[in-house]
Amino acid sequence: MATETRTARGASVPGGSSFSLSDPTVRAVVYQILVVGAVVLVGWFLISNTLDNLARRSIATGYSFLEREAAFGIGEHLIDYSPKDTYGRAFLVGVLNTLKVSIIGIILATIIGTLVGVARLSSNWLIARLASAYVEIVRNIPPLLQLFFWYALVSDGLPPVRSALNPLPGVFLSQRGLIVPAPSADPVWKMMGIAALVAVVLTIAIRFWAKARQAKTGQIFPVGWTALGLILGLPLVAYIAGGAPVALDMPVLKGFNFAGGMVISPEFFAILTGLTVYTSAFIAEVVRSGIIAVNWGQTEAARALGLPSGPTLRLVILPQALRVIVPPLTSQYLNLTKNSSLALAIGYPDLVSIANTTLNQTGQAIEGVTMIMGTYLSISLSISLFMNWYNKRIALVER
Amino acid sequence: MKSGILAAAAAAVVVTAGAGAHAGLLDTVKSRGFVQCGVNAGLPGFGNPDSAGNWTGLDVDFCRAVAVAIFNDPTKIKFTPLSAQQRFPAIQSGEVDVLSRNTTVTLTRDTSVGLNFAPVTYYDGQGFMVNKKLGVKSAKELNGATVCVQSGTTTELNLADYFRSNNMEYKPVVIESEAEVNAAYFAGRCDVRTADVSDLAATRGSVASGAEDHVILPEVISKEPLAPAVRHGDDQWFDIVKWSINVTIQAEEFGITSKNVDEFVNSKNPDILRFLGTTPGMGKALGVDEKYAYNIIKKVGNYGEIFDRNVGPATPLKLERGLNALWTKGGLQYTAPFR
Repeated sequence: MATETRTARGASVPGGSSFSLSDPTVRAVVYQILVVGAVVLVGWFLISNTLDNLARRSIATGYSFLEREAAFGIGEHLIDYSPKDTYGRAFLVGVLNTLKVSIIGIILATIIGTLVGVARLSSNWLIARLASAYVEIVRNIPPLLQLFFWYALVSDGLPPVRSALNPLPGVFLSQRGLIVPAPSADPVWKMMGIAALVAVVLTIAIRFWAKARQAKTGQIFPVGWTALGLILGLPLVAYIAGGAPVALDMPVLKGFNFAGGMVISPEFFAILTGLTVYTSAFIAEVVRSGIIAVNWGQTEAARALGLPSGPTLRLVILPQALRVIVPPLTSQYLNLTKNSSLALAIGYPDLVSIANTTLNQTGQAIEGVTMIMGTYLSISLSISLFMNWYNKRIALVER
Repeated sequence: MKSGILAAAAAAVVVTAGAGAHAGLLDTVKSRGFVQCGVNAGLPGFGNPDSAGNWTGLDVDFCRAVAVAIFNDPTKIKFTPLSAQQRFPAIQSGEVDVLSRNTTVTLTRDTSVGLNFAPVTYYDGQGFMVNKKLGVKSAKELNGATVCVQSGTTTELNLADYFRSNNMEYKPVVIESEAEVNAAYFAGRCDVRTADVSDLAATRGSVASGAEDHVILPEVISKEPLAPAVRHGDDQWFDIVKWSINVTIQAEEFGITSKNVDEFVNSKNPDILRFLGTTPGMGKALGVDEKYAYNIIKKVGNYGEIFDRNVGPATPLKLERGLNALWTKGGLQYTAPFR
């Protein structure tokens, strides 16, 4: 290692002959190489020492266990899974479950948070106070307690499965969750998915074309309405073309549980509600601060130019508010995603839950923990990258 | 959960830090002044703290036997409550010296998890508990049931295997903490609670009211030999733990109890004289006091006493000896001879 450092140091010197530590550039490079070398050395020492000790205690290492049969069941899965599948697939099921609750949670928390944030600025005394109370209560209670609350609400508050509430035909509400009829399997659903995808691509293309046209001719093309029409219309056309199937898979009480239909489990409900409510309180504050940050004079100026209130909000207020909102909002999205690991406490099979089971069955704690860390890091960095890109796009362009 | 992760991460660090420490664990424990024992955080009859913070239970008593063998004092011990998830990192990293936490002996744990298992202290098997109202008489009728199970246990695997081999479907609800998983079962979230039969009995015995509403089904779907474990690499320590447990079994076989042990010290039976240390040799071979067996029996008791005190018919668990009777009485409890 030391030899390597010396070689590297020699190689870093520009020109070679004029090597002098009094040159600030050379000094900076040398110090940086030394620091990097030290970090690598310490890391190498830790890793090799750990491996050495694991080997001495004959504890298995490596990731080959991912190809072995998992042999444990998972309560809910977005992709096909049975105990015959591998640990790798089980982990993937966990990752997808985490993504599912995070993505839906982020969308819902943003909507609720924005509404509450705006409500807190309302001139209506009651609405403003209610919004304040919501924010203060929710953000000052630890999220784990809130999860237990929502979970207990379902498992203790709702009737047992055999005396399930039946508010609408085919809809059942019980301790086993909310069970609703699902459309029966049909090739049309796949076609509709493809149609929706095509619509999205078309919308993006039209948007580019409209922008170019507006820049050239000044004419405004109604992109919003066209997009709405495409995204709703194309799948609808596919649905009708596919024969418009109306068959529903109705849930029936069979043996211990309902068979058929779609289930929203109490665990998913609890984790989703808990995360959404908790994060929405923080988002509300972020939104409120963003709106307050835009000077009232901006609104007045826009009105003086004759802009209607819609474009005023869309073209003047929001772009400026978003500059303030987006960076802290990114943090909240990251928090929500990471807090989803609390799912283990209430039995939602997220990635931590499944990785924990895996590392218990295999005894390979270090590998399991690195996989958890790696996955959260990837998800978080993806959110960060996207939000940073978005932030850059809406940032104030300084000239 | 958080602590599980922390323990695992700590394991990584401690495994690293422990590099090159070659002193035997016995010397380390002696100079430290107490034994560190990993136990269940709250399983009545096996490892459970009372309101005053005193630990009781079968697993706890076998740890005390080890402490007595070394220090002749059952209080020279520090109990670390561990979840099913935390237990292996804790023993691997050296956070505990003995893991006595209703842990099933399996091949994987004996090999790739890096453990050595002492003699089995409780022969158990996995069973199912259901509410009587369901009218279920056999586990074969459980097709489609929702099953509450604790995470990180062999139970999870046995459950999947059992339903698979019987061509039945089930929906698992997997929760980490024993208390939460029981709460979910009693609230009606699941139709079935599965765990080791002793665990089910303890769970049922611990509910405030309505214990008689729940039945444990007759099928026992797995072998669950529960045993204390130590980590690989220290044979002397392994021997001490192993033979401290054997003492309690041998004592019951000889008919020696904590009450009458003094009468046996000058017995005519040379086997008993060697066993109790009146004739020296056994203690020295292990590296502990010659009278360690006497001390264990005097201060902790024989296997039967430990069993009856913690899980026997007079306790809320109401468990029969069954497989855990001595081999001379049709059970499996058997020890190699002390000579």
